[in-house]
Amino acid sequence: MADEVILLDKWVSPFGMRVRIALAEKGIKYEYRDEDLRNKGELLLKMNPVHKKIPVLIHNGKPVCESNIIVQYVDEVWHDKAPLLPSDPYLRAQARFWADFVDKKIYDTGRKLWTTKGDEQKSATEEFIGYLKTLEAELGDKPYYGGEKMNYVDVTMIPFYSWFHTYEASGNFSIESHCPKLMAWAKRCMQHESVSKTLPEPEKNYEFVLQMKKRLGIE
Amino acid sequence: MGKSEEVVLLNYWPSPYGMRAMIALAEKGVQYEYVSVDVVNNKTQLLLQMNPVHKKVPVLIHNGSPVCESLVIVQYIDELWAGDAKPVFLPSDPYQRAQARFWAHYIDEIFEFGRKIWIKTGEEVEKGKKELVDSLKLMESQLGDKPYFGGEELGYVDIALVPYYSWFYTYEQFGNISIEAECPKLVDWAKRCMKKESVNKALPDPVKVHDFVVMLRKKFGVDS
Repeated sequence: MADEVILLDKWVSPFGMRVRIALAEKGIKYEYRDEDLRNKGELLLKMNPVHKKIPVLIHNGKPVCESNIIVQYVDEVWHDKAPLLPSDPYLRAQARFWADFVDKKIYDTGRKLWTTKGDEQKSATEEFIGYLKTLEAELGDKPYYGGEKMNYVDVTMIPFYSWFHTYEASGNFSIESHCPKLMAWAKRCMQHESVSKTLPEPEKNYEFVLQMKKRLGIE
Repeated sequence: MGKSEEVVLLNYWPSPYGMRAMIALAEKGVQYEYVSVDVVNNKTQLLLQMNPVHKKVPVLIHNGSPVCESLVIVQYIDELWAGDAKPVFLPSDPYQRAQARFWAHYIDEIFEFGRKIWIKTGEEVEKGKKELVDSLKLMESQLGDKPYFGGEELGYVDIALVPYYSWFYTYEQFGNISIEAECPKLVDWAKRCMKKESVNKALPDPVKVHDFVVMLRKKFGVDS
């Protein structure tokens, strides 16, 4: 019985990267489609009518939307390989809490770093560093958020590593100097093929953002 | 059964997020200690210790260990207190589970739309009204002809959404709208849920919620 798995995505999206990493960790074959978000195709609009956003996983014709929900779905369906969520309910709740924290804080604050200037940007930078420090404290001395192996939280957060250069260049600060342990964790994750083959080159990411800024008339 | 469990819920009565946790615990028949924290005026040491990251309610403290974020708490309750003919909130099928999680996540946005109606002024209020009504209509279409979002029984999406019913009166008063007129089937669903003890004991009197919001507006200097 062959599974048909299609991923509607955008190469630069940290949310899409989460799904790509999860699929790679599980060794799942799928068709990747890079979407033009300025000219959204019919399939995307049909499969995600509520938000019209990527990523969307289409499994045997049925859509699953929202990256963290997709990762949990992938983990549950292909449960026999590389489990991402812990089996213990309390540890599972902690993993969900931290994935939710990444969702609520990292993308939106990070976005402010490259869309604002002056005092607003400075304040966003401080806020962003604060969140990274919180994440670094949670990691502690563990190699990964999942302990000895990458788990759901690692998968949720590591895509933003490809955005670090963009954040640093925009906000004129160094993440390594504030959060060396977090950087070490990120480089450790990058040694996994599922991660290194998914994350784009930081420079490409930065170029993309500069083009977007021109288009949006920022700066 | 047989094991001594200590379950504490830190909450503040107007919080729809806290109501979710209360409904879930009641549905599962879990005995717990309710600890009220006035998060507007006085966040206690216990709260700051148990939820240092967000400093918000609800917090479920199970045998001394905290679980935060209402939807995480409801899933934890669902997973931990299982079996023995207890109700199950999330479907067992992974695809149906993903759909339930999607809608619960969407419902969190509804509180933000409603918030615009009572905390903002002018155009923002109008925007909030439209967003709120559109999102409630979308939820109503998702319900269809089912008695509950969970089918024949209360499920995860019902638990996520029904707390907002206690805030409808507030939205209607400040927004000058009638949610019943816009979404009659959804209000029918809410009244059906309210017949359950787990729900009607968790939801406060809508008039009390309204009075609470009047106090908040004064505190934030919104009133013109």
